[in-house]
Amino acid sequence: MMTENTNANQNALSLGDWQLSPWLKRIIYWELGIPLALLSIGIYHGLMQVIYRAGVLHQSAFAGLDYYQGLTLHGVINAIVLTTFFAVAFGHATITFYLKREPTKTLTLLSFWFMVIGTLMAAWAMLSGKASVLYTFYPPLKGHPLFYLGTALLIVGSWFPLFDWSRLYRQWKRENPETKTPLAVLGTLVNFIIWFVCTLAVAYEVLVVILPWALGYKPTVNVTLARTLFWFFGHALVYFWLLPAYVMYYNFLPKLAGGKLYSDMAGRIAAFLFLIYSVPVGVHHQFSDPSITKGIKLFQSILTFGVTIPSFITAFTIAASLEYAGRKRGAKGLLGFFTKLPYLDTDRYLFAYLICGLFLFIFGGLTGIVNASSELNNTIHNSAWIPGHFHMTVAGPVFLGIIGMSLYLYQTTSGKKLFMSKVAVIIPYLWVIGILIFSTGLSWGGLIGEPRRTNLGLTYLNPKSELFTPEWVPTTMLGLLGGIIMFIAGIMFLVVFFGTMLKKRSAEGMLTFPVSEALHDEKRIPLFDKFKPWLAAMAVILVIAYVPAFVDATKNPGPGAPRFTPDNPVPVQTEQPSATTTTGLTKPLSFNKN
Amino acid sequence: MQIDRFEKRVLMISGALVAVFIFSMLYARSKYNDLPACIPFNKTYTEPKVTKLDDKTYQVFAVAQMWQFQPAQIYIPVGSDVDFYLTSKDVVHGFFISEKNVNMMAVYGNINKQTVKFDKPGVYKITCHEYCGTGHQNMQAEVIVNDPAAR
Ligand code: HEM
Ligand SMILES: [Cu+2]
Ligand SMILES: [Cu+2]
Repeated sequence: MMTENTNANQNALSLGDWQLSPWLKRIIYWELGIPLALLSIGIYHGLMQVIYRAGVLHQSAFAGLDYYQGLTLHGVINAIVLTTFFAVAFGHATITFYLKREPTKTLTLLSFWFMVIGTLMAAWAMLSGKASVLYTFYPPLKGHPLFYLGTALLIVGSWFPLFDWSRLYRQWKRENPETKTPLAVLGTLVNFIIWFVCTLAVAYEVLVVILPWALGYKPTVNVTLARTLFWFFGHALVYFWLLPAYVMYYNFLPKLAGGKLYSDMAGRIAAFLFLIYSVPVGVHHQFSDPSITKGIKLFQSILTFGVTIPSFITAFTIAASLEYAGRKRGAKGLLGFFTKLPYLDTDRYLFAYLICGLFLFIFGGLTGIVNASSELNNTIHNSAWIPGHFHMTVAGPVFLGIIGMSLYLYQTTSGKKLFMSKVAVIIPYLWVIGILIFSTGLSWGGLIGEPRRTNLGLTYLNPKSELFTPEWVPTTMLGLLGGIIMFIAGIMFLVVFFGTMLKKRSAEGMLTFPVSEALHDEKRIPLFDKFKPWLAAMAVILVIAYVPAFVDATKNPGPGAPRFTPDNPVPVQTEQPSATTTTGLTKPLSFNKN
Repeated sequence: MQIDRFEKRVLMISGALVAVFIFSMLYARSKYNDLPACIPFNKTYTEPKVTKLDDKTYQVFAVAQMWQFQPAQIYIPVGSDVDFYLTSKDVVHGFFISEKNVNMMAVYGNINKQTVKFDKPGVYKITCHEYCGTGHQNMQAEVIVNDPAAR
């Protein structure tokens, strides 16, 4: 196995199939299977949310689970657990396939167990209702310490593979100094470097700022600092979700479409631009926050626009690659190539998942530009527009890439036939229809004032409540309709995935990817094949972008806040009573308007 | 490095687009200047009240707490400029007047400020749009502009 690695020809990579070692194969299966099994809880709560929001249920809880508890589970499972596990599993697969080397067993196992134990801890805290603090866990709302510790373990566990992979990469580079780093490897490494840097901030937030306070050792917490640290991580998080999908778009989509990648260099430039631009723009989630000056908000807004450049490059390059594929199959005219792509080919079901994600991403990108403009953001910040936007990104290209690739990886490496292959290619189209309806409802609702993260069914959409707001009935109904379609598509996927798992093996399983050749295979330019200069640039921009924000966050706020549980306005007593724990409230307040 | 003809064009178009975005944002900012402002913490803003500076200028010191805003009803004559100062007594809350693009976070130990002109009579709802605990969906207040009958 290990002998076929280095290639005699220094300028070409051998990209033959690879037989994974049994232990690595097993870990990859678990890393794909565990989050997909949890996804059933995740999308169940998605369904419940649209039902509550449309005012079908006027309750705070259904079947023992409260709306906000469900929202916490939905956000943590779908956005953190699924994405992190998948990125690690997919990373193992790409690195092994392209470098023809496997990661070390101990580190891989260690990373796996950290992630699993962390997930179990956080899941326990959420399911027992002790951490309904949503996945953003803004203090001074307080969750159970195991919730924080669990997410921290999950994140730390996902760091280990990076060290392993960079070792493999350096080894490979020594043996192939003149060969271009494969684009997929570059993308994977860039992604995990972004992840490592940004998660340092959230690790600091959780371990140093929040945990001592949640455990009662520290009486108060600086809320603005915690928010700033969170968004340092929280924004880069979305690129961590997105980059695996980008790796698939650049490396596999053109081949699946029957063509070539228009430009390999474009992919490298996009990856490095993400590296330097994606972390330093997190303050754009704080345009409505106090204690951060307008100048910083403006600067961050402009930097955020910089991130649109790699997206434009990608949009162009992928569109050009698809056009090339279409023309090769005889397409005519400017947009004729759209009609010549293998949309429903069951042998290339991955194509359907990727193209659907790409289509949704157009809308995700457009709504994202609105969010990024500090002035327009004033209209939609924290309104239903926001989930409308990010379901077209994270539940669009990201999610479709994840589920499509999970199925593909499992099916090819296990050598099994797809269960219900006709259904498997339909799922992404059904999902697109669902999301488009769902997001239209939410985006429109946001524009007419519908808040996000709110059990609207209890008050705003309850005709018996004095807060009843009839304008939001049509928008939430659209959300309900789209959400039901998404739910059905999601369940169908789980049936296909786990159904495939139950099938008998019918061929020898191999790790194989539909690798695209480049149409314009540019010569190797050292600058675009090295990490150091880009890492240095990243560090500089980070310092410039974030030092002033952190100064603001420590200088402008007043006394820190004590702890509050989600169901009580009276601060949780700490052992050492401090002057700031009394907020002047003695009894729980009713919420009448007067 | 030679760049493909089409790629060059795309780079130029994307650059121009980004420039347009940035320019429009700067323009909007100079014209409306309505982003929340950064005010260092000061205890005087933590007592809810409405003060009249002159006939056309009001100050509202709004305090958010689980799960209400104080003051809950704010009466303002039409055409006035209102400075909203906002803070929270406990967790993070939101302060959203959708029709007027007022959009602020209420954060413990921090003061947020936004100014807005109410030039049409009516009842403007202030909604909490940040999850703030089990009563979050009950949190609403109103600005009543010149028209008590509209309630
Ligand atoms: C059946 C499919 C789904 C439905 C019906 C659904 C529905 C919803 C709704 C209605 C909300 C907003 C709740 C609120 O703001 O009150 C929401 C939030 C969210 N959804 Fe989904 N969703 C689905 C799938 C997904 C997927 C696949 C992902 C990610 C991979 C995802 C990620 C999120 C995230 C991160 C939030 C934000 C949570 C928060 O604000 O704390 N959703 N979802
Ligand atoms: Cu609130
Ligand atoms: Cu609230």
